[in-house]
Amino acid sequence: MRVFVEGIGLLGPGLNGWQTSQGLLAGSTPYQEVALAIPPTELLPPAERRRAPLSVRLALAVGQEAVAQCGRNVVELASVFASATGDGDNIHHICETLAANGRELSPTRFHNSVHNAPSGYWSIATKAMMPSTALCAHDASFAAGLLEAAAQVVVDGNAAVLICYDTPYPQPLHAVRPISAAFGVALVLNGKQTAQSLAELEIGIIEGHLSATSLDVRELEALCSDVPAARCLPLLAALAGTGTASVLLDYFAGSQITVEVRSC
Amino acid sequence: MPFWKESRLQPLHLSAFTLVTPLGAGVSATLAALRAGHSGLTHCNFLDVDLETYIGRIPGLEEHPVRGDLAPYDCRNNRLAQLAVEQDGFAAAVGAARERYDRRRIGVFLGTSTSGVLSTELAYRQRDPVTGALPPDFNFTGTQNCFSVADYVQRVLDLAGPAVVVSTACSSSAKVFANAARMIEAGLCDAAVVGGVDSLCLTTLYGFNSLGLVSIRPCRPFDVDRDGISIGEAAGFVLLEKAMPQSDPNSVMLLGVGESSDAHHMSTPHPEGAGACLAMRAALDAAGLSPADIDYINLHGTGTKANDASEDGAVCKVFGRYTPCSSTKGATGHLLGAAGVSEAIIAALCIRHGFMPGGLNIGVLDPALQSNYLLQNREQPVNRVLSNSLGFGGSNCSLVLGRCGK
Repeated sequence: MRVFVEGIGLLGPGLNGWQTSQGLLAGSTPYQEVALAIPPTELLPPAERRRAPLSVRLALAVGQEAVAQCGRNVVELASVFASATGDGDNIHHICETLAANGRELSPTRFHNSVHNAPSGYWSIATKAMMPSTALCAHDASFAAGLLEAAAQVVVDGNAAVLICYDTPYPQPLHAVRPISAAFGVALVLNGKQTAQSLAELEIGIIEGHLSATSLDVRELEALCSDVPAARCLPLLAALAGTGTASVLLDYFAGSQITVEVRSC
Repeated sequence: MPFWKESRLQPLHLSAFTLVTPLGAGVSATLAALRAGHSGLTHCNFLDVDLETYIGRIPGLEEHPVRGDLAPYDCRNNRLAQLAVEQDGFAAAVGAARERYDRRRIGVFLGTSTSGVLSTELAYRQRDPVTGALPPDFNFTGTQNCFSVADYVQRVLDLAGPAVVVSTACSSSAKVFANAARMIEAGLCDAAVVGGVDSLCLTTLYGFNSLGLVSIRPCRPFDVDRDGISIGEAAGFVLLEKAMPQSDPNSVMLLGVGESSDAHHMSTPHPEGAGACLAMRAALDAAGLSPADIDYINLHGTGTKANDASEDGAVCKVFGRYTPCSSTKGATGHLLGAAGVSEAIIAALCIRHGFMPGGLNIGVLDPALQSNYLLQNREQPVNRVLSNSLGFGGSNCSLVLGRCGK
């Protein structure tokens, strides 16, 4: 599948936005420990803004950054959300409430518990009535999201925004599913090359047990192995460079995703 | 806004399917119950749930573990998946497809809303009183993990193609038909197992109750006094393949899928059903059909005041007031993430067996609703059915199924 990247959004520890992270990803500036800072979204109505959990604020922020770069009208974009975790904090609170006497679950916690909560908030915020989906493929969620977004672009002929995010679980879930940090990434993809195209991606599935592409920066490599959504980082490092690059991402046992990247 | 202009679907053949609903295990059990007008809803007796409500519960899951070598995946949701795989010759049909294609060329695209969260809910009752830790036998990846059901089904059916779980609340297992169609069209696989599994848990029972959306009686879609949903559980799987020249002229095809977003509210549908209209029109366009080509509409029809009114308005806008329609949720309950595939299979049964199910539990049909809601079963040829799935977050999906060659 051949698609073109028109916008990129990025938030994570030491990665506060795509624009300011390209030097680090390309290896020209050193890693600096900076906590995740999510810019407040003006898109949501005040009531929704108050209710929005971390996962939603994170997903909307990276989506907004990517869409702003491509200059497209957001209502024309289909959206694909992918997450291994959903909202870790919300799931913990619900399970705690349901294990306690009374089981008085908050309606807001319940509607925020659906895996498509960020997709719902996104469409409310952007007024986009285009198709929107919410996916999970455990540790391969970014790869699965990339395949689905690319297939939508190629087959349906719409431009689409892929938004992939994860948030950590508090204890006791952290002990059984350790996710070290909140992380979000967004890519606006289009089927045709335009003036906005940043890079061309040729995406495929191959059989194999080769090592996935690694990162030179130790902190980024750690993030990549600790947070499923951060498995996008080798692809983002290729996008931060110039020329061409081949990226190999882990998918399922025995199969991997290849991405041939060519700067436009 | 004709955003689906380029999305004409290559029809796909439903070459095998299996279904377990509160009406019974296997498609013939659901067919027989719908024909007889039976409901599978019973007074809530699930665990220690203290809500006054009715549920659609699959009996015997407690004694039906997952396959022995896959014990880490043991949870109510995967038990239900296992039970469905064993019905209707489904595993054998997939085995034959594995010979025709290649295990790496058959995708698995499944919907669920809550996966195995019941296991986590129960594990939170057994936390270590000192450390707060979960019990040592709790397996997150095999149960709560949203992808666990697709992982389990891939292993049980020995498939190794692309796989993903769609979790968009009540539209989840309708949208997977679109995923499969795209992946086949893009050349990433030759065939796909699509479907959905959702099982009873405290999160949905107490969650929908907190929103005031759970009926104290068996749910009554389109009744003037309807007051909410009855939560059920189900599993359904379909093997989708490209149509072959030798396809049986009576076989059922997926003709169109349409997806849209309400962009309105997290848990309330758009009052005029604007998003549902878009999804239905997109599905018709993808099928190359007009509203008059549809013989019967299987409604989402949950039985809440707002949902039924919104969907009725949308159906009337797209189809007018005469196309026969009904909700089967009075029989099955609301199957949540498994609703889309269950109702797609019911649509296939309507086409194959020539009938339209009347809605159950109606005292007085709501006079404010204007569509042609069926109160009695009709026995007559059915060539094309549209099925709606409309979920939380304003996630809408419509499917069009039809008889091959019609």
